[in-house]
Amino acid sequence: MDIQQVTPLKRRIQSRPRVSSAQLLRRITSIEVIAPVIVGIVLLLTWEILVRITNTPPYLLPGPLLIGQTLIKDWGELLPSLLITLKITIAAFTAAIVLGVLVAILFVQSKWIERSFFPYAVLLQTTPIVAVAPLIILWLKNNTFAALVICAWIVAFFPIVSNTVMGLNSTDHNLLNLFQIYRASRWQTLFYMRLPNAMPYFLSGLRISGGLSLIGAVVAEFVAGTGGTESGLAYQILMAGYNLQIPRMFASLFLIALSGIAIFVLLTVLSNALLKNWHESAVRREN
Amino acid sequence: MTLDPVITLQQVNKIYSNGTIALQNLNLDIQPYSFVSLVGPSGCGKSTVLRLIAGLGRMSSGNIAWSSTHTAHKLAYVFQEAALMPWATVLDNVRLPLKLQKASRSEQLSAASDAIARVGLQGFERCYPRELSGGMKMRVSIARALATKPDILLMDEPFGALDEITRSRLNDDLLNLWNQMNLTVIFVTHNVYEAVYLSDRVVVMASRPGRVTAEIDIDAPYPRDEDYRTSALFNQYCRDVSHRLAEASLELSIVS
Repeated sequence: MDIQQVTPLKRRIQSRPRVSSAQLLRRITSIEVIAPVIVGIVLLLTWEILVRITNTPPYLLPGPLLIGQTLIKDWGELLPSLLITLKITIAAFTAAIVLGVLVAILFVQSKWIERSFFPYAVLLQTTPIVAVAPLIILWLKNNTFAALVICAWIVAFFPIVSNTVMGLNSTDHNLLNLFQIYRASRWQTLFYMRLPNAMPYFLSGLRISGGLSLIGAVVAEFVAGTGGTESGLAYQILMAGYNLQIPRMFASLFLIALSGIAIFVLLTVLSNALLKNWHESAVRREN
Repeated sequence: MTLDPVITLQQVNKIYSNGTIALQNLNLDIQPYSFVSLVGPSGCGKSTVLRLIAGLGRMSSGNIAWSSTHTAHKLAYVFQEAALMPWATVLDNVRLPLKLQKASRSEQLSAASDAIARVGLQGFERCYPRELSGGMKMRVSIARALATKPDILLMDEPFGALDEITRSRLNDDLLNLWNQMNLTVIFVTHNVYEAVYLSDRVVVMASRPGRVTAEIDIDAPYPRDEDYRTSALFNQYCRDVSHRLAEASLELSIVS
């Protein structure tokens, strides 16, 4: 008696269709994207109408139309600031990812290392940037950029370490036993099992950390009150505040909000792309 | 005909730190190329025996000796859950043991494809575990165990979570594989019928403390099929095993 062959449903399983441009268009215009956009438009309309009806002066609360005009008018000054802020954010985020993953791997090597050093990672999380930023900028007098990156990094570091450690430790004990039976080395267990297993947790930490990097960059610069040519959006907000150019201040705030949303969306797309084959958070099912 | 046993457990004891005696003075011989079932109620230590043989966990005292005449000692283990890596395809899951043993990529792929074909899953190499049924996942787990062409296959209640129809099909497929690949199989189950259908020797265990209470040789010829399952011989063996199991729990209730 032969071993009974399971018949593969070739059409359903073997052909994985590539996403066509038509599908992409359909996805962009889908209800998941259209719905929040519609809500946004409604909110903006309400805001504009309220401002006009109550005749609120622009130095108290400018309407979205005025903010839009200011954005276009001052684009020549706001764009470089936006780019500086983004540069700091990306640098801090990258540093947080690299160091975060390395530290997480280190912590998982031994319970004693984790116990000894984890509290200090927590310390980083609870450090108020508002208090520490001026000090760091003072210490790194010659390199304000580096100082701001370090401040933003302090804020972004912990979620990555915490989530990645959780992921590296949450391995299926049967799989661990399997690796033991085949006498896998510590590094093989790390690369072939622990790291892939930790991916969903790591990506979850990324999404938190991305936004925090941006906030850290803006707050650090805000508190430091730096001037000069290398100035980000926080500087623009501060100056606009001093000069009572409130619409310009709101325009800067709007750019920060937009950046935050863009970072989050990008990271979510990345997360879904990496996990779409297997993790419940990203798998598409019929129901 | 008694050959040299390939594995001998001598006076094996395992006591947990809270005082539970998982195994007490256990003695067991495993003959090469045999199909041995360990049957017993929950907590009798049958999974512990398997894990100790596989090198997972330590004995409190005793010895596990491996034959020097039969040097075929390559182990493979199949767990109760399929324990597949959900982020990897079927092919990548099956070639994992070979990757860990640093075989060349072409060797990995050919041995893995071979194993996948042996369990009847040809065509599913690029599927992910979430796309497979319970029975198929278990087949992948078995294919992974067979990828390194092991000599000794340890199976811990592998079909427990499956439905009757799938279980029955996998039982027959397992016997075919045992025959084709010259394996020694040690099979843990709580299902008496499964044990009597598959094995040539049934080891009955009891719990509290975990120990062997009986060893019954099943003298039915292979290949085994539905006729065997409904024969008088099969029923007799099932009765014997069940009696031995009941005796042990009766002892327990008298003592307590």
